Amino acid sequence: MTLMSIVEASRRALADEMRRDPTVWALGEDLRRGGVFQQYKGLQAEFGPARVCDTPISEAAIMGAAVGAAMCGTRPVIETRYLDFTLCAADELVNQAAKARYMFGGQARVPIVVRQPTGLWMNCAAQHSQSLEAWWAHMPGLVALAPATPADSYAMLKAAIRCDDPVILLEHKELWGVTGEVEEGEPDARLGQARICRSGSDVTIVAWSATVAVCLEAAEALARDRIGAEVIDLRCIWPWDQETILASTAKTKRLLVVHEAVLAAGFGAEIAASVAEATGARVKRLGSPRIPVPFSPALEAAFRRTPEEVAAAALGLAS
Amino acid sequence: MDDAQPLRPNAPAADRLLAHYRTMARIRAFENAAERLYNEKRIPGFVHLSTGQEAIPAGVCANLERTDQITSTHRGHGHTIAKGGDVRAMMLELFGRAGGYCQGKGGSMHIADFSIGMLGANGVVAAGMPIAVGAAHAAKLLGRGTVVACFFGDGAVNRGPFLESLNWAAVYKLPVLFVCEDNRWAATTPSASMTAGPGIAARAEALGVRTASCDGNDVAAVDDLAGELVRKVRAGGGPLFMIARTYRWSGHTSADLGGYRNPDEVARAKGDDPLVRTRAQLVELGVAAGELEATVAAAESEIADAVAAAERAPQPRLEDALGEVQDIGAPRFARRMRQ
Repeated sequence: MTLMSIVEASRRALADEMRRDPTVWALGEDLRRGGVFQQYKGLQAEFGPARVCDTPISEAAIMGAAVGAAMCGTRPVIETRYLDFTLCAADELVNQAAKARYMFGGQARVPIVVRQPTGLWMNCAAQHSQSLEAWWAHMPGLVALAPATPADSYAMLKAAIRCDDPVILLEHKELWGVTGEVEEGEPDARLGQARICRSGSDVTIVAWSATVAVCLEAAEALARDRIGAEVIDLRCIWPWDQETILASTAKTKRLLVVHEAVLAAGFGAEIAASVAEATGARVKRLGSPRIPVPFSPALEAAFRRTPEEVAAAALGLAS
Repeated sequence: MDDAQPLRPNAPAADRLLAHYRTMARIRAFENAAERLYNEKRIPGFVHLSTGQEAIPAGVCANLERTDQITSTHRGHGHTIAKGGDVRAMMLELFGRAGGYCQGKGGSMHIADFSIGMLGANGVVAAGMPIAVGAAHAAKLLGRGTVVACFFGDGAVNRGPFLESLNWAAVYKLPVLFVCEDNRWAATTPSASMTAGPGIAARAEALGVRTASCDGNDVAAVDDLAGELVRKVRAGGGPLFMIARTYRWSGHTSADLGGYRNPDEVARAKGDDPLVRTRAQLVELGVAAGELEATVAAAESEIADAVAAAERAPQPRLEDALGEVQDIGAPRFARRMRQ
């Protein structure tokens, strides 16, 4: 086990996979200088410009070329700076990558990893701050992962590269500097499995990515009020771990789902509805108002779920 | 599968031309059958017919090896046949039957045959272009030495991926032959009315991609030009771009009677039938009329057999709708469909 940041964990994961498998390569914008967040630092020096391949600012061609290259025996890792810019490649991601295997009757596989730096960071406003996991969950053919720890970042990027499906890797921009112990080598990424971060018997709180830490802080406050909150890091948006959440909710009879994304038609709705249908538990969701992400810190706060807010919602459910 | 093999470059002119004629006759027979089947409501959905454009895939693909690759368009039946595809598997797919190229999941617009490097028709205009660039990039990374022929229409030049793909291919000197089938119509809009500037060639040249054009209804001219360009692309000189001028006989889809076009324009185009032209050239080269008739008859019979086979083929099972989506997080068959 080694203590490292998420940015370092993800850099090492890619480097390890590139050493192991010569068909793995990265392509995208600004790799030459290590990527916007230095998550590719030093890789071009080690692997050369053919395998750490700088591209023009051409998101449609980056995604489309990755689809073509993936169908022809390579495993591309795609970099387009910010999640928001992958929307310039919506056709290539949604109509091509996600559907090629199905449309062609199983003849093709599209083993790409689409890295999507996600969420709020440095007041980057409406076009650099979105959380769109619900879009990817809605799209048959895609896998969507949302690691919240260095260990998960490392294991999930490696698993994503080895996966034959197109994988969206949601990497929250405010988490790059978070440090933690990482088991390097061949850790089990446990795709599709949630992680119970804290046990409790009164209310189940489900979150992912940067919101997990907010909910853990809320759980501390709830504990002071003698409310036992079970906090679950969902880890994988699709497939999501119904079993763990249903089991927890069967115990607590109450479910709160919290996310940074817009509340309306957010992924929390899917979880809450599934749990309510299956168990009849009381459910509640917290998310952001249906507005673009604003610039001013005073306004951006509308997108930040606070521990107080989470605790209050949990308390409301539990009472 | 003879058609998948490149013709001998030194084949006597008549042999080579006769092989092109055979490919074109098979495409024509397939398109005629598809049109009839649509009109008789024997196949679901729509088809985009390439009738009148047969010389381009025939002439281009005759210069490709089996291991070379192509990307195609929504109007892709001819590309598949010319690359050496199986007309029976394609016809089964048009009928949506099990055993079709895509097991009934794709239909006409998503025909693919990865075993012969046919990387897919595509329902989205210009979408095959970055895929072709990526296939070429992979070929270069893996040192395969193959080339990719990227078919697209004149409508595609107004989409962003056209620019992005040409630019990228030129920057990395990728082995792509861009083949613009200029049939003058972008869906139901005349391309010229919606394409600014001096034209398609100028756009490619502006990105540093050299262009050449030919009469796309003259299969020998297409063959000559494609042969020269494929050799250069294979030699590693980077992407090249050919424009083959042709005309789309049918409407945009089989449901579109094309009434928005001037009937004289359509009649003139049909008077420039690439099969009739090739036939006249072959007669001049001394090929017997009987041999030409036999070629057409064989093509029609092959397609009729494919139709008969498709009508006999079983329907896919409903539970197969849930297959081949993904490995991780796949739909749960057994529970939802088999109870």
